Amino acid sequence: MSAISDETAPAFRLSMLINDTRYRSLTFQAIALLLLIIFMAYMVNNLISNLSAAGLNISYGFLDDPAGYDVNQRLIEYTSQSTHTRAAFVGILNTLLVAFLGCVTATVLGVIAGVLRLSGNWLTAKLMAVYVEAFRNVPVLIWILIFGTFVTLSGGPPRQFLGDDPERSMFLGAFAFTNRGLHMPSIVTGSSAVAVIMIFLVSIVAAFWWRYHVKQTLYNTGKLLPGWVFWPILIVPAILTQLVLGNPIGLEMPDTTANRFNIQGGLLIGKPLIALWLALSVYTGAFIAENVRAGIQAVSKGQTEAANALGLRPNRTMSLVVLPQALRVIIPPLISQYLNITKNSSLAIVVGYADITATLGGITLNQTGRAIECILLVMLFYLTISLLISAAMNVYNKSVSLKER
Amino acid sequence: MKKSVLLGALAVAGLAAGSAGAATLDDVKSNGVLKCGVTTGLVGFAAPNASGEWEGFDVAVCRAVAAAVLGDGNAVEFVPTTGKTRFTALSSGEIDLLARNTTWTFSRDVDLGFTFVGVNYYDGQGFMVRKDLGVASATELDGATVCIQTGTTTELNLADYFRSNNISYEPVPIETNAEAQQQYLAGACDVYTTDASGLAATRAAFEDADAHMLLPEIISKEPLGPLVRHGDDQWGDIVRWTLNALITAEELGVTSANIEQMAGGTDNPEINRLLGTEGELGAMLGLDAEWARRALAVSGNYGEIFAANIGEGTPIALARGLNAQWTQGGLIYSPPFR
Repeated sequence: MSAISDETAPAFRLSMLINDTRYRSLTFQAIALLLLIIFMAYMVNNLISNLSAAGLNISYGFLDDPAGYDVNQRLIEYTSQSTHTRAAFVGILNTLLVAFLGCVTATVLGVIAGVLRLSGNWLTAKLMAVYVEAFRNVPVLIWILIFGTFVTLSGGPPRQFLGDDPERSMFLGAFAFTNRGLHMPSIVTGSSAVAVIMIFLVSIVAAFWWRYHVKQTLYNTGKLLPGWVFWPILIVPAILTQLVLGNPIGLEMPDTTANRFNIQGGLLIGKPLIALWLALSVYTGAFIAENVRAGIQAVSKGQTEAANALGLRPNRTMSLVVLPQALRVIIPPLISQYLNITKNSSLAIVVGYADITATLGGITLNQTGRAIECILLVMLFYLTISLLISAAMNVYNKSVSLKER
Repeated sequence: MKKSVLLGALAVAGLAAGSAGAATLDDVKSNGVLKCGVTTGLVGFAAPNASGEWEGFDVAVCRAVAAAVLGDGNAVEFVPTTGKTRFTALSSGEIDLLARNTTWTFSRDVDLGFTFVGVNYYDGQGFMVRKDLGVASATELDGATVCIQTGTTTELNLADYFRSNNISYEPVPIETNAEAQQQYLAGACDVYTTDASGLAATRAAFEDADAHMLLPEIISKEPLGPLVRHGDDQWGDIVRWTLNALITAEELGVTSANIEQMAGGTDNPEINRLLGTEGELGAMLGLDAEWARRALAVSGNYGEIFAANIGEGTPIALARGLNAQWTQGGLIYSPPFR
């Protein structure tokens, strides 16, 4: 008899925004977001009104003006008459160079130190522990200064090498380490150098195809073709072309007689780069060593024992069984160490290295007085490069992570 | 709770930043202390002495302004600034006055929005080298490695000079004078370049000062002077006329020794106007009549300050040269107190 009453939802009342748990969290989030927007708007408005009160405005016109200053390490052509934009690019390339070199050497150092720290050899393990603790627990700025001073003091003045009758002669007639950096021969390319380079590129492809072919043959037929043929394929054609074409790719030796102050010509790896590169590598290497150790220890002991039972030698156990599994644990923290190297390279100016912070965020900022504009650009650069490194490393991480089926 | 405290603090900080830039004189008076930007340490110009008190040629300007405005030459909070931080510190209101051997240039005056109130030292950029390099002139520096303080006009002058003489160099950018000194002494660079006065001050601090020399070339004009923010003309006038008072006092022979006696009244009406016994000059500035007397009482007139900090009797041993009074053939010249 009685009609089944419909369970209609109660009409929405405003008080439900606070009292009803379904809406409450949304309400609070909306309020928080609103407050945040008001706060940010206030700060931006404050900035703009203060800038206009001081008669300043945000303008990027200065980027096209001549920079007017010189930079000591230029990977692209640059003079004091180039624009501020070009100076910024010189800085960007210097940052990328030291970050790349730092990441490579820090990884090598870190993997070696991390593996050795787990070594059964007491002395080796303790030495690595000392390395990790000493470098990890002193700020990187201090290490950069220490390495800067160390490099300056360990090399003599370049005058020792200069003149017709120098106090010291160059190592092998081509290398000289002074307190300005490491002088070495540079590569100069003649007109037909392109041919040599093309041949070399083709031989790289061919060499790797050979390696692939050896593997396939081994898996398919069980026959082991000679693997060492890889190296002749790689280098012999290029060397032959070089000889046939009459040495289009040559070396330019450092010249000790051209100038009274410095060794001229050749390639100079500057003291600032050496100091910064070493400092960033050994500092971050200590962190990576700990990541590697954690990764290795995360692999169950049974894996090692199983590998041993199969008769694998310790180094093959490490490279074939333990490390591939450990990589899954190592890669994510490794990404943040790479980001750290890139960001820490902004301390470059303490050893006089011209990175982006020193050119755009330093000299340009000073000479133009456009502090906000320059810092915004520098922030944008570091943000972009960090996100790119993250993205690339995440792709790699996906490739080594456990394939779940 | 924590978040709201943080937000509150940020909002207050924002408001405080918003209120800066009004009347600097009122701010200084209500703070009871003058915030003066100086170098991080350049002996003779601004450096803490053995007992930690700041002293030097630029410091004396700060103290004179503090004495004129607040009545106490020690009511100064010295804010050390680098070549890089000095302008931001001034335009943000962190300091009221910048007296940091700063070169007066068009773009700093016009584009950065500062007012240079005068020149307290006429300088020029020079080069320092080791004597045993056997260099006699800057034109022989082709290929040299040069230490420069980054963020200064010297960086641009250097690039211009070498380019116009068609010679090359390798720059080593350095942040502070102390670091540049260390790099130069370690042989990381062949040449150190900055204002000639700064080179003399740096060389004076060397253990083997005689093994180094300044090259004869002065490659730029570097008029150094104190500066304030644009837009507060009253404050600019106070600093300008305090500096002029120091200069005029030397010209008129008012020294820290005879100032008490002269303040009793003299036959020279300009001295009387300067020291406040005649006319209303102090009131026009918004100060009392004795402002200049107090400013002069701290460390004497311009000549006394020069002699005590950087003059020939000090290790820095700079001759007056361009910085002599106009009556002595120099460029130091104050408009009249009238």
